[in-house]
Amino acid sequence: MKKRWYDYIWVFSLTYLILGFFNILFAWLGLLCFFIPLIISVSRGTKGYCNRYCGRGQLFALLGGRFGLSRRRDIPGWMKSKGFRYGFLAFFLVMFFLMLWNTCLVFAGARDLKQVVTLLWTLKLPWHWAYHGTLFHPGVAQFAFGFYSVMLTSTVLGLITMLLFKPRSWCVYCPMGTMTQLICKAKNRET
Amino acid sequence: MEPRIRIRRSAFVDAASCVACGCCVKVCPLGAISVFRGVAANVDPKKCVGCGKCARECPASVIVIQEAQA
Repeated sequence: MKKRWYDYIWVFSLTYLILGFFNILFAWLGLLCFFIPLIISVSRGTKGYCNRYCGRGQLFALLGGRFGLSRRRDIPGWMKSKGFRYGFLAFFLVMFFLMLWNTCLVFAGARDLKQVVTLLWTLKLPWHWAYHGTLFHPGVAQFAFGFYSVMLTSTVLGLITMLLFKPRSWCVYCPMGTMTQLICKAKNRET
Repeated sequence: MEPRIRIRRSAFVDAASCVACGCCVKVCPLGAISVFRGVAANVDPKKCVGCGKCARECPASVIVIQEAQA
């Protein structure tokens, strides 16, 4: 099948992950992965982002498919159940708002900037080498550390399920995918 | 004489469990599958020949290849 320009968005996803090791402020670019799917689903009522433009999904398809880094087994039933998908979305949102709260505390001066990336919501990895000071408020950097933690955690989870199950198993429980599907369902109920 | 029944294979999607990721759409060589309004994948039975590529690719394994009466 003929490749289109959007079949190469995985390059941006990979670059994004690499840039976070050199300058954490690039983490802000990850907001595109949050806003674009929401805008598409709200405005057009489709999952166009998942279907075409998700660089992360493409990266998993490439690693697990072409590079063969996947066992290609069926994902367990509980992982594709609505309870798990909606529960994971809720958990993800709670952790996301906690991260925003911590950012607010740094902006308010109630807490110092922590130059750590929290992997899987528990492992605090020193990440000071990627912060070189900024003209902006430390809160800007705190959001970058927090947001990169979210992005790295979801990538690691996606890589684990890619290895264990099918390449794009992450898509089954991806919080953005679940959220945009809920928006599409709600929009289609309206019409 | 009994009429001849042509049996052909086709993909069937469990729409209730489909996550509408679109992985199936990308691999279908005949363009027989699409994601309808971001809710679930939809197979065009006139185009589908039941090759099974979508079923192999589906990360949620909600597509099955079954015999369909033509």
